[in-house]
Amino acid sequence: MPWMFYLAGAVAVAATIMTITRLNAIHALLYFVVSLLAAAVVFYTLGAPFIAALEVIIYAGAIMVLFIFVVMMLNVGERAVAMERSWLPGGIWVGPAVLAAVLFAQVVYLVMRGPGPEYPRTVVGPKQVGLALYGPYLMGVELASMLLLAGLVAAYHLGWRRQPEQESKETHFDERRTAVGRSAVRAGTDRPAGAP
Amino acid sequence: MAGVLFALGLIGLLVRRNIIFILLSIEIMLNAAGLAFIVAGARWAQPDGQVMFMFILAMAAAEVSVGLALVLGLQRLYKTLDTDAASEMKG
Repeated sequence: MPWMFYLAGAVAVAATIMTITRLNAIHALLYFVVSLLAAAVVFYTLGAPFIAALEVIIYAGAIMVLFIFVVMMLNVGERAVAMERSWLPGGIWVGPAVLAAVLFAQVVYLVMRGPGPEYPRTVVGPKQVGLALYGPYLMGVELASMLLLAGLVAAYHLGWRRQPEQESKETHFDERRTAVGRSAVRAGTDRPAGAP
Repeated sequence: MAGVLFALGLIGLLVRRNIIFILLSIEIMLNAAGLAFIVAGARWAQPDGQVMFMFILAMAAAEVSVGLALVLGLQRLYKTLDTDAASEMKG
């Protein structure tokens, strides 16, 4: 089924083009999720079902949720409200919906057709991947675990260190901004009434 | 196709100034590299390509966590997502 490969590849490229040309971060993330799903279909047609599942779970699931979480955290005050109002008319979701519908049709086709003479190439299953991963690549696995640990510690450190000194730093910045005369009002309205 | 995706990610990295989009473009490029590994592994029917993709996946996860923590720090410090605002390093 080469046509499935080429269709999913076209969807991936189109979604990636839409990703890097969007102005809104959330729209770009939506298109990028579609691009990752298309890449998962490409992996499946290439005979790597285990990697296709990993792509959906980790990339489209975990990493994109992290991105969306941070974008949601970064939206501040009235700018987010205005953005929300601009979203409400709808019509923006049509593009990702159409691209995802193509992928969904492909998956439905695969499921309905059932097992058969599927792949043009040989399938490399999870068992072979696992044997290779914990055989000759055992050192790589250990290095990856250490890298993940370092990333975890670094993210924790970067996210935690500003909490105790956040108040003083923010007040300093507010005083400086007052001299400039910009955004001091907004920073004041963000605070709760009883906050120092 | 992997080359096209990598080129798109590179274009996005060079063109955009929003740091969220820069991180997203890095993700696109990593994904394209992983796609190239998968295609090579499928071409020679070896599991090494998939093993390499898993390493790329782990690296992308670590990179994205640290990068997004840096994004939060940048936003707290400068109240913007423009990377030009952070170019205060003299020398």
